[in-house]
Amino acid sequence: MYVAIKGGETAIDNAHALLAEKRRGNPAVPELSLTQISEQMALAVDRVMTEGSVYDRELAALAIKQARGDLVEAIFLLRAYRTTLPRLATSEPLDTAAMAVQRRISATFKDLPGGQVLGPTFDYTHRLLDFTLAANGQDVPTPEPADEPLSADLPRVAELLNQEGLIETAEDGEDGPVGDLTREPLTFPAGRDLRLQALARGDEGYLLALGYSTQRGYGNSHPFAGEIRMGEVTVEIVPEELGFPVEIGTVTVTECEMINQFKGSKTQPPQFTRGYGLAFGEAERKAMSMALVDRALRCRELGEEATVPAQDEEFVLSHADSVEAQGFVQHLKLPHYVDFQSELVLVRALRAEAEARAEQEKGSEEKE
Amino acid sequence: MSATLEGYNFAYLDEQTKRMIRRAVLKAVAIPGYQVPFGSREMPLPYGWGTGGIQVTASIIGADDVLKVIDQGADDTTNAVSIRRFFRRTAGVATTTRTEEATLIQTRHRIPETPLREGQILVYQVPIPEPLRWLEPRETETRKMHAFADYGIMHVKLYEDIARFGRIATGYNYPVMVNGRYIMSPSPIPKFDNPKMDRNPALQLFGAGREKRIYAVPPYTRVESLDFEDHPFEIERWERACALCGSTESFLDEVVMDDRGGRMFVCSDTDYCESHRPDRSEQEAAE
Repeated sequence: MYVAIKGGETAIDNAHALLAEKRRGNPAVPELSLTQISEQMALAVDRVMTEGSVYDRELAALAIKQARGDLVEAIFLLRAYRTTLPRLATSEPLDTAAMAVQRRISATFKDLPGGQVLGPTFDYTHRLLDFTLAANGQDVPTPEPADEPLSADLPRVAELLNQEGLIETAEDGEDGPVGDLTREPLTFPAGRDLRLQALARGDEGYLLALGYSTQRGYGNSHPFAGEIRMGEVTVEIVPEELGFPVEIGTVTVTECEMINQFKGSKTQPPQFTRGYGLAFGEAERKAMSMALVDRALRCRELGEEATVPAQDEEFVLSHADSVEAQGFVQHLKLPHYVDFQSELVLVRALRAEAEARAEQEKGSEEKE
Repeated sequence: MSATLEGYNFAYLDEQTKRMIRRAVLKAVAIPGYQVPFGSREMPLPYGWGTGGIQVTASIIGADDVLKVIDQGADDTTNAVSIRRFFRRTAGVATTTRTEEATLIQTRHRIPETPLREGQILVYQVPIPEPLRWLEPRETETRKMHAFADYGIMHVKLYEDIARFGRIATGYNYPVMVNGRYIMSPSPIPKFDNPKMDRNPALQLFGAGREKRIYAVPPYTRVESLDFEDHPFEIERWERACALCGSTESFLDEVVMDDRGGRMFVCSDTDYCESHRPDRSEQEAAE
């Protein structure tokens, strides 16, 4: 007669065995290799690396495979691995002006030094399902090489505006040591370093929606895509025993600088302001969304009144992390029957009192 | 410590992290009921599933400890099984289901019925450490309220409950005042368990991983459930006894037997229930 759950341990083992079988799918179908995932599901790998905060294509591919393609679960797997890694060094700031550019566009100028470079983009593709892809072994076109190599000099658009003093310059002191919210708990108000870290790790869908909201009137940021660039940048560290920077490798990143109107304040003349987004790999949507939200969150420092959700730092940053959010939402699956029993006892008591009161009132009405 | 997970430190966390967490625990013990921010790590178990409690347990557990893990009072609920297994794998410690045998008990949503003794440590898993959170969503505000002991909104809330419902309409996670200074969330235990926190000889530690907070109630500390003189705090009562052990003292879970209103009431604390079953004591007497 005892019906409460027993034998949890065996049940868990069985569930995991079933999961492993499901993950593999039909054994007659060849198993995916990590290289296949990292080569042909490259943007999924990029997203997992960005939000998982680890630049490692192979580990990200493994996480995606293990998670059966569930990217939020894959991000969680990578994060749980990351947390065990030692912190060996902090890199020097990336010099994205020296990027080996694969893509570089600006929506604010028709042409600019170095030119517009479309690169591998979904933009302007007609979203028609390509049924030739469904058949294996279709011909892959070879892109024509350009007549001349890209200019080595690709100044950032913000720097061009800066020459006229039309755009804010980065504040002094921003080159100092940066915080790390994976080591110290985030407190509010957060510095821009921690804010950008939280946004870089934040869920793409969440940032997309928040960024979108600022364009639709929940915010008044008038953004222009000043520049989006994607390509490889070198990573340097300064080993203590050497005292000068050495190159330790390259990473592919997507960077977005939004340029936003600013009407000026008592102390500052009207000028353009910036919102910044950076993500690992090819992650343009993420970088753009991040830049929109970053700009919205700068309201306090720019003396703007915070009136919309995207400007509310505590709200935005406390809910951006998909690993935190998915864990807490899904913890509702855990047993809550003790709490629920307390609620049952309480609601029954409240109902009994309410019914007694109703009876009493009915009785007194009848007497009248 | 055989068969522990290779490539990981004892109890999973690295020693630097344990030291950081122990510091937070010491601060929490020094200021009973105060929420100490700490650098919560991403654990291989999901946030909201006990990562705070796991980190606290991992930081204080030693090779000689005997660990008990309960969820909803039971040792065999799936998440309790999973966490106990985590520590068996990563620390290789002895585990038990007996409250008396345990030196360290990690719990979600209950305090064992068997009274705890000096030297035992009870680690609570906490989802939302801030007792004022549902009244004020902003951390920046609630921290100020605690700093100034400005707890007016909580008393107004309790008063409004009485005005509307004739009683304080909170069944679990019922707020307490610790050592006369800080209002504290007891975690979502039923209010039935609140009196057990008061002047308890065991050390009570609270870990909230996702919210990155640790707080504590040192042994023999005053813990009062908030109430009013004319509406004193009271706990849940059942009109029946446990169907398995006959206890009238314990917190009962309601088990639905059929779709025609059939119900059975059994102890939520499985260890307590098993040690109070008449058949068992008869068996033991016969042995």
